[in-house]
Amino acid sequence: MIALLARDLRLAFRAGGGFGLGLAFFLIVSVLVPFGVGPEAEVLARIAPGILWVGALLACLLSLDRIFQLDFEDGSLDLLATAPIPMEGTVAVKALAHWITTGLPLVLAAPVFGALMSLDERGYWWIFVTLLIGTPALSMIGAFGAALTVGLKRGGLLLSLLVLPLYIPTLIFGAEAATRGIGGFDNATPLLMLAGITAASVALLPFAASAALRINLR
Amino acid sequence: MPEMHRTKQARDRYNVLWEWANPVKFMWFSGLALPWLVGATVVTMAVGLVWGFFFTPEAVNFGSSVKIIYVHVPSAMMAISAWFMMLVASLIWLIRRHHVSALAAKAAAPVGTVMTIIALITGAIWGEPMWGTYWAWDPRLTSFLILFLFYLGYMALWGAIEDPDTAADLTSVLAVVGSVFAFLSRYAVNFWNQGLHQGATLSLDKDENIANVYWIPLLFAMAGFGLLFVALVFVRTRTEIRKRRTHALELRERMADA
Repeated sequence: MIALLARDLRLAFRAGGGFGLGLAFFLIVSVLVPFGVGPEAEVLARIAPGILWVGALLACLLSLDRIFQLDFEDGSLDLLATAPIPMEGTVAVKALAHWITTGLPLVLAAPVFGALMSLDERGYWWIFVTLLIGTPALSMIGAFGAALTVGLKRGGLLLSLLVLPLYIPTLIFGAEAATRGIGGFDNATPLLMLAGITAASVALLPFAASAALRINLR
Repeated sequence: MPEMHRTKQARDRYNVLWEWANPVKFMWFSGLALPWLVGATVVTMAVGLVWGFFFTPEAVNFGSSVKIIYVHVPSAMMAISAWFMMLVASLIWLIRRHHVSALAAKAAAPVGTVMTIIALITGAIWGEPMWGTYWAWDPRLTSFLILFLFYLGYMALWGAIEDPDTAADLTSVLAVVGSVFAFLSRYAVNFWNQGLHQGATLSLDKDENIANVYWIPLLFAMAGFGLLFVALVFVRTRTEIRKRRTHALELRERMADA
């Protein structure tokens, strides 16, 4: 499984595009929103957690079809399916690889982009924490969506449509936790719900995703 | 031996239920039931809607706009029930592989979508004079919008996959996972925004429901929408089964030609 993880990471780094794409998209969102909304610091600071969360979500969405599509096309997914590690493990590792290449850079970069959106220090911290807790759920839910649509020629649009409603609870709790934290309110409830979604997704969705993959590989 | 006998009996009774999943038997039964079902739908809907629209008093604060509940409430109820029916049918397909079940889930999706749209639009029409806005990010409204997105995704997935069994499998998995997330969304949205929409006025366990003058025609309208849903699902499932049959016949013919 570690070998598989290393392979996926290597592919993502060397193929180019995959690694930087999400980050570049995130940058575009953070730079463009102030032009659209206006440069007032108070307004920007107020909408910053929402914008950063939506940006992270869309950046994540952008790279989802890479999780299984290439492996499906060149046949290595068939090999992985017949490999001694269970399919659920493969799915989990691939979601993890997606998170490391897409989610983790976003988490690390979010405070920097938060500066563009005139957040204060507490804002950096809460954006960092909520994204760190929430993005694994985004990757895992996305992996499920990617597993459903892997056999399709043009699955990209469909994948977005399928994953969009599945992302809503994560977005609500994530953005809410960040907003409340920045405002100095008690945000334990949304934070725990966010952590719960991540934990449940990581625990249960590999089974659903691998069921979908097995159907698609049949 | 009496015990063995009993288990056999129990098994027989058990099998009787699943016999309805046989396409031939389903076609026979649905063909027989459909005229009655359509008749009952027309009667109950006509009674409920005509009574509701023309023979109920106007409510004090709402004027005649209150009458939209005879469309709004039943359609909203069926929008949720349809998704629930699709979930059950999907589970039956995943567990017992009855083709009629998968086709019924497929057939129910567009009906449920239309019900969701009707509920959203009638709600908007009602909301404009009452709340002063067509749309508010109220938990109930938002939940229905999310439900609508789930329906769209579900139907799009059915449409995108060519092999019917694969499509049935994948949409069933989506229905199961989607149901969990739909439930979660409902909770999340409630948490996110306390809304404008009134609470449930119709429940069996509360003393204070709406007055009987409104309640009884509404019951008819709800029964009418429920029957309409069942009738439409029957028709659409029959169409799907026939489509499957013609497809099979075409394949056989092509094989014979080759």
